[in-house]
Amino acid sequence: MLALLKRDLVLATRAGGGFGLGVAFFLILCALVPFGVGPQTEALRPIAPGILWVGALLACLLSLDRIFALDHEDGSLDLLATAPLPLEGGVAVKALAHWLTTSLPLIVAAPVFGLLLHLPGKAVPWLIISLLVGTPALSVLGAFGAAITVGLRRGGLLLSLLVLPLYIPTLIFGTEIVRRGMEGGDPITPMLFLAGISAAVVALVPFAAAAALRVNLR
Amino acid sequence: MSIWKYANPVKFMRSSGAILPWVVAGAGLCTIGGVLWGFLTPQDYKQGSTVKIVFLHVPAAMMAINIWVMMLVASLIWLVRRHHVSALAAKAAAPVGAIMTLIALATGAIWGQPMWGSWWEWDPRLTSFLILFLFYVGYIALWSAIDDADSAADLTGVLCLVGSVFALLSRYAVLFWNQGLHQGASLSVAPGERMSAVYRYPLYLSMLGFLLLFVALVLIRTRTEIRRRRLIALQAKEARA
Repeated sequence: MLALLKRDLVLATRAGGGFGLGVAFFLILCALVPFGVGPQTEALRPIAPGILWVGALLACLLSLDRIFALDHEDGSLDLLATAPLPLEGGVAVKALAHWLTTSLPLIVAAPVFGLLLHLPGKAVPWLIISLLVGTPALSVLGAFGAAITVGLRRGGLLLSLLVLPLYIPTLIFGTEIVRRGMEGGDPITPMLFLAGISAAVVALVPFAAAAALRVNLR
Repeated sequence: MSIWKYANPVKFMRSSGAILPWVVAGAGLCTIGGVLWGFLTPQDYKQGSTVKIVFLHVPAAMMAINIWVMMLVASLIWLVRRHHVSALAAKAAAPVGAIMTLIALATGAIWGQPMWGSWWEWDPRLTSFLILFLFYVGYIALWSAIDDADSAADLTGVLCLVGSVFALLSRYAVLFWNQGLHQGASLSVAPGERMSAVYRYPLYLSMLGFLLLFVALVLIRTRTEIRRRRLIALQAKEARA
């Protein structure tokens, strides 16, 4: 498993565009919003948590089809399926690699982009915590979507259509944490919900993803 | 004798062909009868004549949810017991469910405009129906994207299972996110909250009509799908010969 993780990380960093692309997309999105709604602080501040979360979600979506597509093309996915490591474990490791290469840079960058949108300082810790808790669910659900669409020629658009509805609960609770942190409410309740969703997704969805992969490799 | 013998496509074609005319006739009678009867009901003291939308809105909304449940059950049967008819029935039901969701949303918007003063509100019920519609669209798109029939059935089955969990999760997550404008349950058994019998009986008839309409459409679409498969098999046989 460690070897697989290391291989995926090396591939992602050396192939180029893996690390930077998601963050750059996130930055562009955060920079476009003020052009759309106006630069006033009072216009940007209330929507900042939502924009940051939706931006992180879309940036995460951008690199999903890379999880399995390249390995499917060169046949290493078949090797992975026949390896002694259960395919469920392989899926979980690949989702972890996706999280490390895509979500972690987003989490590091999010507070900086929060400044652009006038996110108040006291909400920043909650933004980081909510993303830390919520993004593992995004990566694993994304791996599930990628596993379903891996054999398709034009799977990219379909992938977003399948995965985005699955992201809704995560988005709701994630944004709610930041909003409550910003307005001085109680962020612990949505936090517990989000942690519950994340834990359940990480524990259960790799089984569904592995089942879908087995069908696609048949 | 068990229910599984109807999983045989030949048996299914025979028995569904026998009951289909009755179901179609019943669906037509009940739906048209229910809606017409509903149209002749007196006006509500508060909502005026707009209350008559209920005879389309509630049955469509009820079917929108129950069709997804039926698809879930059919997908489970396919994944566990691998009966082809079951997978085809799930495939046949999806567009019907999507249209029912659309009817519920559209009639709701037409009703909401005079009552709430807006076509759309981000109310938990409305939002979860929109999410349900997205799930239907994704499910149908996945069916049409995959060429191999058995793989398509497998993958959409898995998607249906995961999607059901998340549709349910979204249903309760949106409650957390925004408070509602929509009323609670339309058909309560508690005597104080029950709607008047004048409206209730036409509504029951219309609901029965929508249910039969769904059964009829699914039977027709499943039969078409089975015939299509047979044609493909025959053509393949001819090409080999």
